Amino acid sequence: MAASWARSGLKFCRNFVKPWSVEVWKGQAVGARRGITQASTERAGVNGFLHAPLQTFCEEESMMKDAVKKFAQERIAPLVSKMDEQSHMDESVLHGLFEQGFMGIEIDEHYGGTGASFFTSILVIEELAKVDPSVAVLCDIQNTLINTLFRKCGTEEQKSYYLPRLATNMIGSFCLSEAESGSDAFSLKTKAEKHKDYYIINGSKMWISNSEQAGVFLVMANANASAGYRGITCFIVDRDTEGLSIGKKENKLGLRASSTCPLTFDNVKVPESNILGELGQGYKYAIGMLNGGRIGIAAQMLGLAQGCFDNAIPYTQQRIQFGKRIFDFQGMQHQIAHVATQIEAARLLTYNAARLSEAGRPFIKEACMAKYYASEVATLTTSKCIEWMGGVGFTKDYPIEKFYRDCKIGSIYEGTSNIQLTTMAKFIDREYQA
Amino acid sequence: MSARVLVGVKRVIDYAVKIRVKPDKTGVVTDGVKHSMNPFCEIAIEEAVRLKEKKLIKEVIAVSCGPQQSQETIRTALAMGADRGIHVDVSGKDYENLGPLQVSKILAALAKKEDVRLIILGKQGTFASQVDFQEDSLKVEREIDGGLETIKIKMPAVVTADLRLNEPRYATLPNIMKAKKKKIDTVKPSDLGVDLSSQLEVLSVEEPSQRQAGVKVETVEDLIKKLRDSGRI
Repeated sequence: MAASWARSGLKFCRNFVKPWSVEVWKGQAVGARRGITQASTERAGVNGFLHAPLQTFCEEESMMKDAVKKFAQERIAPLVSKMDEQSHMDESVLHGLFEQGFMGIEIDEHYGGTGASFFTSILVIEELAKVDPSVAVLCDIQNTLINTLFRKCGTEEQKSYYLPRLATNMIGSFCLSEAESGSDAFSLKTKAEKHKDYYIINGSKMWISNSEQAGVFLVMANANASAGYRGITCFIVDRDTEGLSIGKKENKLGLRASSTCPLTFDNVKVPESNILGELGQGYKYAIGMLNGGRIGIAAQMLGLAQGCFDNAIPYTQQRIQFGKRIFDFQGMQHQIAHVATQIEAARLLTYNAARLSEAGRPFIKEACMAKYYASEVATLTTSKCIEWMGGVGFTKDYPIEKFYRDCKIGSIYEGTSNIQLTTMAKFIDREYQA
Repeated sequence: MSARVLVGVKRVIDYAVKIRVKPDKTGVVTDGVKHSMNPFCEIAIEEAVRLKEKKLIKEVIAVSCGPQQSQETIRTALAMGADRGIHVDVSGKDYENLGPLQVSKILAALAKKEDVRLIILGKQGTFASQVDFQEDSLKVEREIDGGLETIKIKMPAVVTADLRLNEPRYATLPNIMKAKKKKIDTVKPSDLGVDLSSQLEVLSVEEPSQRQAGVKVETVEDLIKKLRDSGRI
């Protein structure tokens, strides 16, 4: 990494870490305003940054990437197999994530967080996913969904209470999906009834990640059913609130160390001061949050694919058949090169979406592309890696089969591939309208 | 205690990388090869930071002699808890010829300039496995061939860190961010009045010879016969 690239990358960091732009909320309208004019005004801006390759990191981003890699290799890797088998995340891993500052990456220093950029979280998630995608998703949800919601929508009081805890020892869960509403999220049925200065929440949620360990739950409930989705409000519910029960953990195909449980709300009483943001704006926050969360999942799938690939290639270089390494057969070389290209493409989509988001520029279509593509690439990569490893790839003694099982959820959660494609099509439609 | 500690940190080829000798035999391949802080230097930094956390010393200064990239190593030391860094800028031909004598002269000059009471370095010195800080002396326990030896030394002193001295901490993300704000001063060897000319010249660098396979023998008679055959006895 030549000094000049590092310098231009650093300039990029200092100038383009902008606060959340209001434009992004109005995601749909912004999509139409893209064009040549915007790009050319920016070309006149900071010299050097537009010419840097996407894999240019500023010094602290590089240092953090190395720090995560080291930690993941030494402290998480030895426990991965056990955590997968027992479907349980080891406490030492959870403590380690908090101790190292991975759980409060974008939280401001004065709340006890790391105070780093969104791109840093993407790098952290990617490095963690190379070792264990379950750990990566826990870190992703905390940083891109929970912390971001508090940071953007919280009152000073809510921020001062929750952000320091989220950075040091409290895990959060995002509760949107229900048994009857997945992709059709806004048809959620959980209700919040207003009484004086508090609300009573009744309903249930399903597929809630991190719920076994979470100390706080961000619950999307409808406070005004007659207004349809415009009644959806985000409530902060602490774990020990009466009436909230956490159901039995799902027995999943993959991401087994990540706890996924159903939740029931039985007359859960929540004070009005626990509304995050404004009444009836929950749907907007959810979409906004998931736009960024999408890039996090893309990073997770990217790391998964890369980790799987990194484990499989050395085998192909060592295994000898018919007198030569299996890597040396042209059929293998072509497959390997093809997969490597797909991973690189997914990486560039993900990094670009992250940089766009940091720069306060429209990024929703790119985020959808990144998530959709990375999850497809992860599926392709893991499937091929098992084939390259032959019989041993099929056994639990090697980490490959775990990556194969873990990748499937990528094209399903935080917006199925079909939803991503439909969203992209909406943007394309608008771009081409006269 | 108002003592200052100087810790030397060296940027070396990462310990996990396979080292290869350059085709012209003048040295090892360093271009494009991953470099990181010498693991023993990490142990040295860890010891210094622990002393500071116990409030036994006031300031930890990390020093590295080398080209521009040595600053990355100093940054890592800062992220682990050192207070400030000094980069002694030595590049090109000077760097290739930089030997232990020159580095010692540099460190000695810096120690005088910064009024340092203790210098901690990675291995190849007194091999300390435990350090106890006392008023104006140090009690050092070190591993020797016969076992353990405890010695008392007066300060200013130089101590080197052995593997078992401590377990270095990870640089946490918040500390990496804080390290950004810490100062790194750059000095030239000539500023310190040190002459870099070397008395040594590298003639050639070669890989160690490949280990030959051993031979198993069935009986003692066979062994004696083999030893006689190869002229050993």
